[in-house]
Amino acid sequence: MLFPMSSARLSSARFQAGIAATLVGFLLVPLLVANAPLEKTMGIVQKIFYFHVPCAWLLMLSTFVCAGGSLAYLFAGSESGDRLALCSAELGVLFGLCVMVTGPLWARAAWGVFWTWDVRLTSSLLLWLMLIAYGLARRYGGTGGRRLAAAMALFAAADVPLVYVSVNLWRGLHPNTKTVSSLAPGMRLPFFVSLVIFSALWGVLLALRMRVERGQARLVELAIEIEDAEGKSS
Amino acid sequence: MKRVSWVSQAARIAWKDLHIEGRSREVVYTMGFMAALVVLVFSFAFISGQETTVGPDAVAGIMWVAVLFSGTVALSRTFDRERESEAIRSLLLSPVPRSAIYAGKLVATAAIMFLVEVLLAPLLAALFSAAIWPHALWLGLLLLLGTIGFCSVGVIFSAALLRARSRDALLGALLFPIVIPVLLSASRATAYLLDPAAPDLDPALFWTRFLAALDVVFVVVGLWSFEPVVMGE
Repeated sequence: MLFPMSSARLSSARFQAGIAATLVGFLLVPLLVANAPLEKTMGIVQKIFYFHVPCAWLLMLSTFVCAGGSLAYLFAGSESGDRLALCSAELGVLFGLCVMVTGPLWARAAWGVFWTWDVRLTSSLLLWLMLIAYGLARRYGGTGGRRLAAAMALFAAADVPLVYVSVNLWRGLHPNTKTVSSLAPGMRLPFFVSLVIFSALWGVLLALRMRVERGQARLVELAIEIEDAEGKSS
Repeated sequence: MKRVSWVSQAARIAWKDLHIEGRSREVVYTMGFMAALVVLVFSFAFISGQETTVGPDAVAGIMWVAVLFSGTVALSRTFDRERESEAIRSLLLSPVPRSAIYAGKLVATAAIMFLVEVLLAPLLAALFSAAIWPHALWLGLLLLLGTIGFCSVGVIFSAALLRARSRDALLGALLFPIVIPVLLSASRATAYLLDPAAPDLDPALFWTRFLAALDVVFVVVGLWSFEPVVMGE
């Protein structure tokens, strides 16, 4: 077997249960969202909330997982930490794209403009830009690119609260951060189920992407082994 | 053998860089010219007809954009000199803590940038009749804090990109998203200081403190992560 460890992990009962639960969840969420009460002023438009907010949460989660993996890579030399950082940064860019597409759509319908320099919009945008920059550093950074990207992830994580505070004060606005706790009771269940299911999707995608990275690393190892063996025999 | 303290090691590395710069003046001239050009480009783009000035917000923005863009020139040269004759290898092999190398490079780059900025401010005052003199010292402090924040991140990136082919293209692209809070707080504070109509300077004081806090966070992360980042060189 070429990848004894990774295939064992992927075929494990827990992982399959995870995939199954995610699939069932994606059948369930639309029903819950469809049955959720309509918001008073925004009406049907507000339904994008169940898609938009979980994506934004996963953008945030990806940044911190990326920083955690980078920390393990930089200070403990953990290769799997580095892979985790790369994969979660990529997922962060993906979910960030969803945020950046759904956000302006919602804003156009609710506020009449595609973009305002609201604190959450601006911080998400900056977070997304940092993850894209992480990807650029990984791809084009040359030999030092991996360590550079890891340092970027640390700075990005340190930046998150600072960005939030500075953008908040920069605009001089005090947006209500209690949106979720002030949700109507009928909206709460669909929202939290959607949040959990989106997080499960994130986890499944991360596991699959990590498997590809592990496979690639193993392939390089095997190629080196073969080269060594050929060198000895000749 | 005499033990040399961390501070004097860092100071010697900074001194070495400043000494080289003092001989060639390469970074001061190129960065200064670049900064002046950015300011002029903005003047040509913004000012039209009979207008002779723009608001304090715009002047502050122009100043900090000029600092950022020209600072990238200085940063890309910070470690460039170490590539000649593989000087970086000797530097990293020397029995000096890596954090002292970082601190030395940070001090040298920030000092060179600061010198250029001090020359840049009067240019802004002349071109846009900006009121830089009433709070000149405060403005100087802001420039210093902003420069430290910018360089504390930039020195690490510059070191890590030492051997990358697309070094110059990448440096700005990677650096700017991270230093946005520095740009934001520095330009806000500057705008309040330059505004003669500002009722009070409380916001400027707040943003100056915020900038100082940012510097502390960035320098700590920098000191801490420099060693593993350059380890493989």
